[in-house]
Amino acid sequence: MSLTAEEVRKIAHLARLSIQEEKVQTYADNLSGILDLVAQMETVNTDDVAPMAHPQEVTQRLREDVVTETSQREKFQQIAPATEAGLYLVPKVIE
Amino acid sequence: MHNKSLAELSASLQSGEISSVELTQHFLERIKRHDSALNSFVTVTEEQALSAARQADQLIATGQAGQLTGIPIAQKDIFCTEGIRTACGSKMLDNFISPYSATVVEKLDTAGMPLLGKLNMDEFAMGSSNETSFYGPVKNPWDLERVPGGSSGGSAAAVAARLAPIATGTDTGGSIRQPASLCGLTGIKPTYGRVSRWGMIAFASSLDQAGVLGHSAADCALVLGAMAGFDAKDSTSIDRETPDYSASLSTPLEGLKIGLPKEYFDEGLDSGVGKVVDTAIERYRTLGAEVIEISLPNTHLAVPAYYVIAPAECSSNLSRFDGVRYGYRCKDPKDLTDMYERSRGEAFGAEVKNRIMIGTYALSAGYYDAYYLKAQKVRRLISDDFKRAFEQVDVIMGPTSPVTAFKIGEKADDPISMYLSDIYTIAVNLAGLPGMSIPAGLVEGLPAGLQLIGNAFEEGKLLNIAHQFQQVTDWHLQSPAAFA
Repeated sequence: MSLTAEEVRKIAHLARLSIQEEKVQTYADNLSGILDLVAQMETVNTDDVAPMAHPQEVTQRLREDVVTETSQREKFQQIAPATEAGLYLVPKVIE
Repeated sequence: MHNKSLAELSASLQSGEISSVELTQHFLERIKRHDSALNSFVTVTEEQALSAARQADQLIATGQAGQLTGIPIAQKDIFCTEGIRTACGSKMLDNFISPYSATVVEKLDTAGMPLLGKLNMDEFAMGSSNETSFYGPVKNPWDLERVPGGSSGGSAAAVAARLAPIATGTDTGGSIRQPASLCGLTGIKPTYGRVSRWGMIAFASSLDQAGVLGHSAADCALVLGAMAGFDAKDSTSIDRETPDYSASLSTPLEGLKIGLPKEYFDEGLDSGVGKVVDTAIERYRTLGAEVIEISLPNTHLAVPAYYVIAPAECSSNLSRFDGVRYGYRCKDPKDLTDMYERSRGEAFGAEVKNRIMIGTYALSAGYYDAYYLKAQKVRRLISDDFKRAFEQVDVIMGPTSPVTAFKIGEKADDPISMYLSDIYTIAVNLAGLPGMSIPAGLVEGLPAGLQLIGNAFEEGKLLNIAHQFQQVTDWHLQSPAAFA
């Protein structure tokens, strides 16, 4: 399995990762190598095997619908890159 | 003082022979003296440690102390610590002062263990050599030109050099056991769900599990007992009573059935490490154990399945780092997409990017069945191999790592060769089982570990089996000469 530079740029964009243009080929080589490793899975037939999502076969617990958390907005926003009036600031989204 | 077991330290504290402040200061001084050679700590929390030590001394004086009260510990920098930077080996969190503490941190605080500091690690726990850390590589105390293993490399180096009596770690594919093996330590990864993951920065949520690296099974038993237990804040925490791990250590091994998977002794295993493992198995025979050859036929598929499942979960977990609420934000973003892409692109290292991209690719439309679903099916086959084996044997043994500590830089540019460092440990995480590594010998002056794999929730049995070995051998007492 070999990924092209173009495919790597597309994956990086899907993952919202900027990557330096001069490193694209290195990533293409690394990712292709990993996909070759992963391709060994094809050597085994798994048609009748149930997928295992999780090591413990347990269902999600339910709890009473009561308030368990208190508001800590100020504490949490102290470590934010940019806030104003209790809101997180990001670059303008709507013109 | 730094060569004593936790039980001995506890006795010295209770008898008043030493105070917790003296003990904590002793380790803080060792960190100051030795850590510039090792780079095992990213943050030393001297003030907090001494303040907790003073409180511990008061509890001891008034007879309210538990067995761990006053014994200092160091935490892998993946566990959130309120008011203390928690960077997870990444530039992304270099400025992150956690607003809360992980359950593991709270539990060990409650047990009265002063926090010496936060330990270096591979970035977001992705690595097997500690070379992917934003804070630079950690050196192996047995040979400063070599890696300590990873991702809990700072934990392993700090304990091996006696800069901390014991440390926490996390293990997603071998990140406790492999560094324990490479640094001559006892390390345990409990059953998935045994220790709370709340406040432990997520890498691959269905594989991540917290554990301990220490000098002996007896030390690990004490601290694991304090860390483990049900936590409503972790949706995958298992509601089961934590056994008294120390109480079962002395059970004799007469009649124990040890399974040796033939796939763990293939051509990839270094012959020196192989000899160390063989000698250790012979020792178990003299303790009354029966050794049976078994097969885990899908072993060769564990690394391939892992490198779909772990990156897939990582790409999802690490999407939270967006430059909006905390962590790194790039300068002068021109729009929202630019802010996401450059914040993540500038702050994540190359290996984290490799894994996020593999995960993104494997989960993208059209590829899901071929990669993620296929890997989950292979995961079932691997888990079933272990289930069949445990119908026949009580414990599985083999090497932890195929090689001893390798040179810094040796595998850094070759991700695949690095991934194969975890060839014997990864299947255990896929199956969610408990695993340990214990020091079993030296190969050309470098430690080699024996891996113990148990059935689900049998970490008590693993600690017992490890402890019995440590009663008749002294590999776990060896220390690197430069840090004696």
